Amino acid sequence: MSLSKSAYLIREGFRSIRTHGFMSFASVTIITACLIIMGSITLLSLNIDALIADLEQQNEVVAFVDESIVDEASAEALKTDIMNVPNVWGADFVSRDAAMTSFMSKYDDRLMEGIDSTVFRHRFVIHLTDISQMADTKAELEAIPGIAKVNAQIEYADRFVRIRNIVSVVSLILTVILTFVSFFIMSNTIKLTTFGRREEIAIMKMVGATNSFIRTPFVIEGLILGLLGGLLGFLAVWGIYTVLNSSLLDTLTGSFVSLIPFNRVMFPMLAAYVGVGVLIGVFGGVNAIRNYLKV
Amino acid sequence: MVQMTDVTKIYDSSSTVALDGINLTINEGEFVFLVGPSGSGKTTLMKLITGEVRATAGEIVVNDFDMVKIRRRKLPKVRRTLGVIFQDYRLIENMTVYDNVAFAMRVVGAKGKSIAKRVPYVLELVGLEGREKRFPNELSGGEQQRVAIARALVNNPRMIVADEPTGNLDPVRSLELMLLFEKINEMGTTILVVTHEKELVNAFSKRVITIDDGHVISDDGDGYYSYELE
Repeated sequence: MSLSKSAYLIREGFRSIRTHGFMSFASVTIITACLIIMGSITLLSLNIDALIADLEQQNEVVAFVDESIVDEASAEALKTDIMNVPNVWGADFVSRDAAMTSFMSKYDDRLMEGIDSTVFRHRFVIHLTDISQMADTKAELEAIPGIAKVNAQIEYADRFVRIRNIVSVVSLILTVILTFVSFFIMSNTIKLTTFGRREEIAIMKMVGATNSFIRTPFVIEGLILGLLGGLLGFLAVWGIYTVLNSSLLDTLTGSFVSLIPFNRVMFPMLAAYVGVGVLIGVFGGVNAIRNYLKV
Repeated sequence: MVQMTDVTKIYDSSSTVALDGINLTINEGEFVFLVGPSGSGKTTLMKLITGEVRATAGEIVVNDFDMVKIRRRKLPKVRRTLGVIFQDYRLIENMTVYDNVAFAMRVVGAKGKSIAKRVPYVLELVGLEGREKRFPNELSGGEQQRVAIARALVNNPRMIVADEPTGNLDPVRSLELMLLFEKINEMGTTILVVTHEKELVNAFSKRVITIDDGHVISDDGDGYYSYELE
């Protein structure tokens, strides 16, 4: 394609956006709105995921060292064996003295009168990579010689896993539905602009324009509108998220729940927004004009 | 050049037989009127030439293209050898006279320089010099049809096909338009005018093909429109 022809087609794309100002505005608004909803759902699901991951970290397994191992050093030596168990990413040794101190701090001192630390066992506080495999890991930890007993709250772990799965599935379904919705709305919007121009298209066909020549300005129009919608949607979500995050920090819940910083998801999010916007725009344009090219 | 051999067109949707066994040849450089009452098949015949509809049976050759076997992708090539004119002008309302004509050249990929040279020449040929910057709705019907003729001519087609070009014009403008067609014909372009205006046809001594009910009922070398048809 020659330079002057490409320049002409690009100019035509821009001209069409200008001359169909209201429809262009409507298209951009619709893409922006859909992307804001999609982005909010994605961010919500990312945050729930992060929250659950956080809770998982706090969901520890406690392995008690056998009473026969008395001295601290040989008890602590078991750490190597524990770390060798798959799915274990951390193990903190807690001596019987430390365990008693921590226990006493929680309860009334009088309860502990006449009791010394030998009542307690040395123990390890163990963190798992994947809590869904907690039962297997528990069995493997119990198999280590020198470990007497492992306390693991398998029921809680299962519940967390279930919640996380539900959240992922629901957000996936919603995202797919919204992608289709915005594609169809976009396509119909461009269809309305092409409807007003079917005469023009018919004339182009009559004087011998090729289909690609007729299609290109519409594709460029869709591309520009999609790009614009994507960028606006991204900026809007960025703004909303930042405001939400800072207002949440001011409230009481903010001290328990914190949102993922936007910086961490900014670039993948921007890429996804621009990508989805452009795809919806281009395919919307191609789809909208298809019927008029059949003459 | 148009050559039709045993051409039949039946519309699928209504099973209407629009054309039935048409045989006709229009040679390079001819001026032909195609006449007949409403519903006789005139428009279908024209659409077969421009490739808007496909024949159900028979053979059609238009400017060396086989219109029966041609792929849809190749239709733009045929259309670039034809200039098509309609009763309702079909101009783009938000483009100036100049742009309406230049548009037809851009669409087929002409260079800016040749557009700048050719468009004023064609506008002058149809008598629209000085009207370049006007918009279609600022022109009279006759002037608008001249813009359409300029647009049809600008790519130097081998043949002009006009479907009821004077349908919306008064008798004086219609006559002027026909004289313009005659002038274009004298420059070597084949002209096919579809019409049902008797007086106009009979004012010129041209070849007249009459069709009725999908059949060619007369093909007369020197301009006679049968009155019995009306």
